[in-house]
Amino acid sequence: MHEMSLCEGILQTLEQQAKVQDYQKVRTVWLEIGALAGVEIDALRFSFDVVMEGSLAEGAKLEIIPVPGQAWCLPCGINVPVEQLYDPCPHCGSHQLQVNGGDQMRIKELEVE
Amino acid sequence: MCGICGCGEGHVHLDEHEHSHEHDHNHTHSYAAVHSHAPGLSQVRMVQIEQDILAKNNQYAHENRRYFSDHGLLVLNLVSSPGSGKTTLLTETILRLKDEIGIAVIEGDQQTARDAERILSTGVQAIQINTGKGCHLDAHRVGHALEKLQLQDHSVLFIENVGNLVCPSAFDLGEAHKVVVLSVTEGEDKPIKYPDMFHAANLMILNKIDLLPHLDFNVEECIQYAKQVNPRIKILSLSAKTGEGMDNWLAWLKAELQLQFIDYA
Repeated sequence: MHEMSLCEGILQTLEQQAKVQDYQKVRTVWLEIGALAGVEIDALRFSFDVVMEGSLAEGAKLEIIPVPGQAWCLPCGINVPVEQLYDPCPHCGSHQLQVNGGDQMRIKELEVE
Repeated sequence: MCGICGCGEGHVHLDEHEHSHEHDHNHTHSYAAVHSHAPGLSQVRMVQIEQDILAKNNQYAHENRRYFSDHGLLVLNLVSSPGSGKTTLLTETILRLKDEIGIAVIEGDQQTARDAERILSTGVQAIQINTGKGCHLDAHRVGHALEKLQLQDHSVLFIENVGNLVCPSAFDLGEAHKVVVLSVTEGEDKPIKYPDMFHAANLMILNKIDLLPHLDFNVEECIQYAKQVNPRIKILSLSAKTGEGMDNWLAWLKAELQLQFIDYA
């Protein structure tokens, strides 16, 4: 379950940023999660609560900002929306797509005190 | 590697390297409370972070990659579901190449050192990493394994990842290529069922092709599925057991190793 590892990564960033940004407690975490990032949101929420326990982010709220998948279609020469990695181009049906959006998982913003 | 680590629970070193510039963009949104000195008011504020969740792993991977490049090492991250024949592919590859090329192996498994023992019996260096509860190898653990191996310059390092077609796709170890192994006993639709891994890999090895006469596996369809999720993927068919197709794989390995000798500006 690599959502657990992701949450450990998030916690490390929160702890590190606490020194830089001078905060003691994290109330809300906004994550940008792309549709193609391979992250199971339910598992992420579950792991988040478990991993944050006893930390500066215990009980913090997790807000997910979904980002739609996007790819560059080589035959069409334009960006097209994709819901899954193996989707064909909605215009020409080609699979010659290069994903260029919606594969990110980023910590976007925090509400801290 | 862990020049940046100090390890234990040390995880404060991220911002010393390439990510440091990102912090320049960090700023706090001063909501009213920030400048308030009124006692008893909790100073809730917003902080913009804009940091990749995998930034820490990627930093370690970057260090590993620099080390590999400095030493002209070809490093391949072998991924697959359990039972695809990765370890047999490795032992057969090693037996054919060890007299001409330096080879070492990092073995990842949840438990036991059985795979490392199989590799050691071929006479090359191997080190086992047990991930315990973890489902994948990460760049940090690989960095530590590197400290324990005596790698010759211009040799090949295979990292045999935990048998898992999901999680290892997200974790860069610093390798030149992910090589995904799929055996014909698994079903031709694996690439579209586990697209992340086939998307992340540069080479796919279709293994155990000696069994094809006994199965309904459709090779053409499988190749088509793999190219659907990754148009650039290269595919080799072979049987590590009978040796069929192994020459192609060995030629690919040698050619990739040659590329590591190139000194880019």
